[in-house]
Amino acid sequence: MSSFVSFTIIGIVLGSTYAIAASGLVLTYATSNVFNFAHGAVGMVMTFLYWELYVHQGWPVWFVLPFILLIVAPAFGLVMELLIMRRLTTANTTTQLGVTVGLMVALIGAGQLIWKPGGRRVDAFFNGSKVSFGVVNVTAQQFITLGLALAVALGLYVLLNRTRIGTAMRAVVDNRELLALHGARPNVLSGLAWALGSSLAALTGILLAPQLNFDHTTLTFLVVSAYAGAMVGRLKSLPLTFVGAIALGLLTEYGQWLYTELPTSWITDSEGVIYGLKNSLPTIFLLGVMLVLPQEKLRVGRVTGTKLPRIPSWRTTMLWSAALLGGSYLLTGAMGEANNARFGQTMCLPLIMLSLVLLVGYGGDVSLCQLSFVGVGALVVARGFDIPFTGLGFHSQISPLSIVTAFLLTAVVGAIVALPALRLRGLYIGLGTLAIAGAMDRSVFESGLVGFGAQGSTIQVTRPSWLSTERSFALAVVVAFVVTAWIILAIRRSKYGRILLATRDSQAACATLGFSTTMTRVAVFAMSAGLAGVAGVFFAGMSVTPGTLNFYFFQNLPLLLFAIVFGVTSVTGVLTGGFVYGCITSTFIVGQHPDLVGLAYIVVLVMLRLLVNNPNGLVGLLFDQSRRIMSRPDAVSAPPGSAAAREPYPATAGLGLEAPVGSA
Amino acid sequence: MSEHVNALDVIDLTAGYGRIQVLHGVSFSVPVGTIVALLGPNGAGKTTTLNCIAGLIDPMGGHVHIGGHHLNGAAPDRLARAGLCTIPEGRGIFPNLTVAENIDLFAFAAQASPKEIQERAFSQFPRLAERRTQLAGKLSGGEQQMLAMARALSSDPALLLLDELSMGLAPKIVEDLYEIVGEIGRSGVSVLVVEQFARRALAVAQLGIVMVQGRVTALGEPADIEGELSAAYLGGAA
Repeated sequence: MSSFVSFTIIGIVLGSTYAIAASGLVLTYATSNVFNFAHGAVGMVMTFLYWELYVHQGWPVWFVLPFILLIVAPAFGLVMELLIMRRLTTANTTTQLGVTVGLMVALIGAGQLIWKPGGRRVDAFFNGSKVSFGVVNVTAQQFITLGLALAVALGLYVLLNRTRIGTAMRAVVDNRELLALHGARPNVLSGLAWALGSSLAALTGILLAPQLNFDHTTLTFLVVSAYAGAMVGRLKSLPLTFVGAIALGLLTEYGQWLYTELPTSWITDSEGVIYGLKNSLPTIFLLGVMLVLPQEKLRVGRVTGTKLPRIPSWRTTMLWSAALLGGSYLLTGAMGEANNARFGQTMCLPLIMLSLVLLVGYGGDVSLCQLSFVGVGALVVARGFDIPFTGLGFHSQISPLSIVTAFLLTAVVGAIVALPALRLRGLYIGLGTLAIAGAMDRSVFESGLVGFGAQGSTIQVTRPSWLSTERSFALAVVVAFVVTAWIILAIRRSKYGRILLATRDSQAACATLGFSTTMTRVAVFAMSAGLAGVAGVFFAGMSVTPGTLNFYFFQNLPLLLFAIVFGVTSVTGVLTGGFVYGCITSTFIVGQHPDLVGLAYIVVLVMLRLLVNNPNGLVGLLFDQSRRIMSRPDAVSAPPGSAAAREPYPATAGLGLEAPVGSA
Repeated sequence: MSEHVNALDVIDLTAGYGRIQVLHGVSFSVPVGTIVALLGPNGAGKTTTLNCIAGLIDPMGGHVHIGGHHLNGAAPDRLARAGLCTIPEGRGIFPNLTVAENIDLFAFAAQASPKEIQERAFSQFPRLAERRTQLAGKLSGGEQQMLAMARALSSDPALLLLDELSMGLAPKIVEDLYEIVGEIGRSGVSVLVVEQFARRALAVAQLGIVMVQGRVTALGEPADIEGELSAAYLGGAA
């Protein structure tokens, strides 16, 4: 019984920390409409700074805490708002997601550059002194955490509901322009919100630091749990966010309590399933919350259409395919087996990203569990199985049969994932799919029953004999890329492709035309998942020993990030994006210079600045430039309504798609 | 302010969206204490003109003087604090705030205290007082427009810009609203009102301006511009 009470107290305290983090998220989301994936990363950097000043430099704590919470963190928030967030408020979800994920990854990179990973710790406040209440002890740290959470809750409530500044902060979201017409300064208001939000992130990190092993990703991702709390309040309501955060804290700790009370035989018999379930409770909670959220209404009267890159002609496609295959053939011929293996692994990433073109680029949905689909594909081939009644089967070997099976099974998984996700749109899908990825990590990939086994385990896969060399299999990956690209372009040209694009632009319009948008979206999820599964088979074959670490849910974020930066709307975009990402992570650079990874991420962040008004990515920009150069003579200073204004590729972005129709 | 300074001077204004130019040298003035109606068919450039004056769009060329001060490129919030009250097309309210919260925000630009503003708004529109705790988005169209107009009434602007007051409202309500516009004008505020339904606006305005395809085609007292007006609406000038 006493253990139950202590778990309750720990749960409430944990929930309070989540609540502080979540209220920071809600504050910034409610005032700027930007969901900040980097919230935890900001807290992480500030916590490291706290360690640096307090522990490493030995500054007194009464100075360090106010210095960070009241000066550095708010200043950081202001700079973030000024340089990035201000431009994002009207961008589409994919861009918002890309930019804030980029910021997060860059902050982790910067953190690792400045503070090399390694043993650090911070003591609890008042050296962990305790007060005893009969059977349980409560530490000073826990008291402080609870008190601060209550103070934050009350303070924010009063600010937002009882002051004019707070009212104006809420008004910014409704209509920024109108608020300016009222004479308020919208930029000052959102700056204030970001300063506060960043300070709250810092506070969370500092409060959590003594109980955790102090490293960059743990601190960044603890806040993922806070997302779940914020979702209870639909990212808008602070009181509900607090309720959600406390509930989540209690759930996590009760899960832990149950786990310690269960008979040990159960736990060993379940081959890691129970352990996995326990650890994925926060993500399961998030999924549950998403399922009971009311379905989003179709938006009417808003044209979000973006201009996509032109579909290449079959002739161009053929030429480029031949060039890619020929180039790879010559390149692999010139390199040794070790480099060919690296080349093959690098080429797996464009192959994986191709599935995103269909879903994110054409469909306008967001998926942060694509890598989990890849993992399912790899798992199917790695575990292998007999297909009932046919006498067919395969065991840990790559074969046409295993590719087909991986496609079908992953497509089914994709359709199942799509069902709950379909009720949602945009950001919520992103968060939901990330939760699914997190849950799959723990309860599928890390289980001995159906997965690879405990964290870090791998399973050996064999290649067919005629593809046994690294060179031949790397070429097989390139062939797979070309074939998949042809399939995707064929889909884009088909009637289904046009319906897909129409659904992306306006679900409401499609519904009135009689298309089932639900069927369209389920199909695109399933197809994209299936293609990711096929990519998983090739990935497994290329790496020979696929394992849990390859499909860690966090890696979904940079995967989507690179796809978006380079252009998720075109095959060329993902080819370059995947290739660059592959070079950075898997192979050529990491082996020799781990430092460069952080640097590379920072470079990516800089590139993101280009993206804000350019949903087709860097490659899209290149396409535009080349077209502009080629069509210069007739495009200059054409009067409105003339031929140039109706050319096949008008500068739609500036042509008033975003201007209210008929207002001129 | 001397008698000779206009409340608003627009001089040779050009503006547009991207490569499409919408205004081709628009010039007119709003004398102090008059109501001026800016009329014209769909797509004439009326709202674009208004947005340029309010600071929402940067003009490509030309000048905007408010009360004799050259104010090109000033931010909309600065203009608002300097006494320009703009009520945009489609109800200038915040749907997710309550009526009282909406009124609370008027205080940013007004000289009066928040309490005074609330009293003025509620005494002018008792209906709003009844609904003070309701979300503004849940009000009827007429009530929403009342709430928007309450800002103009309670903040004593030097110049009031009204865009498409009648949009989506019943004729009876539009009539009431124009009565209020007339009252505001009689209290000495200069008003520029953009309207597609010319008769309604001309009934209260002392001056009318007709715009067609980004140019001013007629300017004068209501009786004088009748001919030009019907030509514009019947497509004669297009």
